[in-house]
Amino acid sequence: MNIVVCVKQVVDPDVPTSAFRLDDETNRVRVAEGIPPVINGFDENAVEAALIVREETGGKITALSVGNDFAMDVMKKPLSMGVDDLVLIDDPQFFQLDAYATVCVLSEAIRKIGEFDLILCGRQASDWDNAHVPLGLAETLGLPSITMAQQIEISNSMVLVHRVFPDGYEKVEADLPALVTVSNEIGQPRYPTLRGIMAASRKSPIVWTARDLGIDPARFEPKISVTGLSIPPSLGECEFIEADTEAEAGSRLAQRLREVKLI
Amino acid sequence: MTEILIVAEQLDGGLHPVVGELVTAAQGLEGDRALVVLGADLNELSKTATSLDVDEVYVVEHRLLLEQTSEDLFVAALEQVCRQTEPRVVLIGRTFLGRDVGPRLAYRLGVGVAQDCIGLKQNEDSGRVVVTRPVYGGNAVATMAFGQQNPQVVIVRPRIYESVEKDVSRNSEIIPLTVNLDSSMMKVRHIERVKSEVEGVRLEDAQVVVAGGRGIGGPEPFSQLSELADILGGAVGASRAACDAGWADHSLQIGLTGATITPDLYVTVGISGASQHMAGCSGAKHIVAVNKDANANIFKEARFGVVGDWSNILPSFIVAVRDLSTG
Ligand SMILES: Cc1cc2nc3c(=O)[nH]c(=O)nc-3n(C[C@H](O)[C@H](O)[C@H](O)COP(=O)(O)OP(=O)(O)OC[C@H]3O[C@@H](n4cnc5c(N)ncnc54)[C@H](O)[C@@H]3O)c2cc1C
Repeated sequence: MNIVVCVKQVVDPDVPTSAFRLDDETNRVRVAEGIPPVINGFDENAVEAALIVREETGGKITALSVGNDFAMDVMKKPLSMGVDDLVLIDDPQFFQLDAYATVCVLSEAIRKIGEFDLILCGRQASDWDNAHVPLGLAETLGLPSITMAQQIEISNSMVLVHRVFPDGYEKVEADLPALVTVSNEIGQPRYPTLRGIMAASRKSPIVWTARDLGIDPARFEPKISVTGLSIPPSLGECEFIEADTEAEAGSRLAQRLREVKLI
Repeated sequence: MTEILIVAEQLDGGLHPVVGELVTAAQGLEGDRALVVLGADLNELSKTATSLDVDEVYVVEHRLLLEQTSEDLFVAALEQVCRQTEPRVVLIGRTFLGRDVGPRLAYRLGVGVAQDCIGLKQNEDSGRVVVTRPVYGGNAVATMAFGQQNPQVVIVRPRIYESVEKDVSRNSEIIPLTVNLDSSMMKVRHIERVKSEVEGVRLEDAQVVVAGGRGIGGPEPFSQLSELADILGGAVGASRAACDAGWADHSLQIGLTGATITPDLYVTVGISGASQHMAGCSGAKHIVAVNKDANANIFKEARFGVVGDWSNILPSFIVAVRDLSTG
């Protein structure tokens, strides 16, 4: 079983909005100096899913990322969690790739990695919240795509997935090779063990550039482009209910809601 | 010629509520509007569709579309409809189906797509569609402009637009379209759908929602939240932190990656109000927050707030609400 997991380096979504800076020139969000990026949370869920599958089937997991300005200790996390290889497509020309270009680069990289049975991705990235790349990748590679996995099983060259559904889950299956996106319901990503961290520190990622993949980034034409970015204003005035004790504040809140006919 | 193609997704055999909202969104753009209904035995449904404010209703009937469970077939059919009708814009609701179908359709056609839009308009000079969409978990809002290819695929967040009024005298023209589908296109096979047991009012339809977050500290307090929801005739919800901790079922999650709610009253207990949570309740008319941290983000969005430990506040609140409701 060869598994490729796509991971993306993103701005830490837990950073408070107050540390957000908008870069008007590039229409991107920056955070204050010194706040490290993270691997997109859902991608860590995908790494976890890959490790669970490998425990059953054996085989090899390659984590794959496209970007530039990688923070190496951040990007090595999948290695310390237990994946076998890390491939970084690192090229200054890949600054601000849109989803289409990302799909193009990822698909070329996956072809270069070679044989695979399963591609796993996070359900969406916490920066642009697009949820396009996995679907575009499946379309480009001609693979079945299954989104929002909360459970993945492999048997008889098939993948059986429980997909998170608004009011429950849906069971679906497809022949391998296939692409599956993973949601947080799959469970917490495991913490790297000390041994994992040591092993990861000795491993170097495989680094490819646009040229290694035979891609000319100048040819990427945006199909849709960001023309502005702003921080939405907050709604405004909260009326704080105060009282001598917290219990009293509770009943006063109810009275106040009655006064304004909310209950 | 159709310029704006609106995908009419179904829900429980009828039109999905988002369809009427998409028609409203389309009214803000120039050009004729057409709805496309896909399925089998569509007589009733296409009649309903003609009562919406559109010029044409395309009816795509195929026996393989009967079950409405295969996303693969839906995408294949829509691709053929787009190639036949050459729309300038395709509007799809950001439903469970739509948010996958939209990007897949766009990649098949080699065109641009905008996910989860909360606004759309036409640029007066270029005539191209410009959308607004929340990004970075709702911490920021981006404006995005489509390039030159058609169709421009726009996926619209539900419950942002008011639904268009039905008008039975309207009678738009019904135009049948033929698509070629075969079962080999169904790469993903649907086995079954398993519903979780959730009692009472559906979260997304509720007029009152009471939700708990990490701050309530465990699964037990959810019974107090249920009690409150019962008194108010509402539903119980939760933050992702509470769901991930296993205190509440995942189907109760409110937010960017959970349910979108639009109640009159939304009571949050021990929820910090992260932007990803707020993304699911920005349509709530009045938010009430109980949180021990006076600086919690939730108070920036709340109409009424109590700062303190929920375990001291909630019991007396429930008692008072019950008295006021029965008295
Ligand atoms: C891509 C992405 C998608 C996400 N999608 C969602 C989503 O759909 N829905 C969602 O909810 N989250 C989502 N999140 C997570 C989100 O960012 C927050 O982490 C989450 O909402 C926090 O939940 P919380 O408010 O319950 O917990 P916390 O942020 O930990 O807040 C707990 C609050 O409880 C208060 N508290 C503690 N003890 C008490 C007490 N005794 N009495 C009163 N108050 C108390 C604290 O002051 C604090 O404000 C997403 C995150 C990412 C990155």
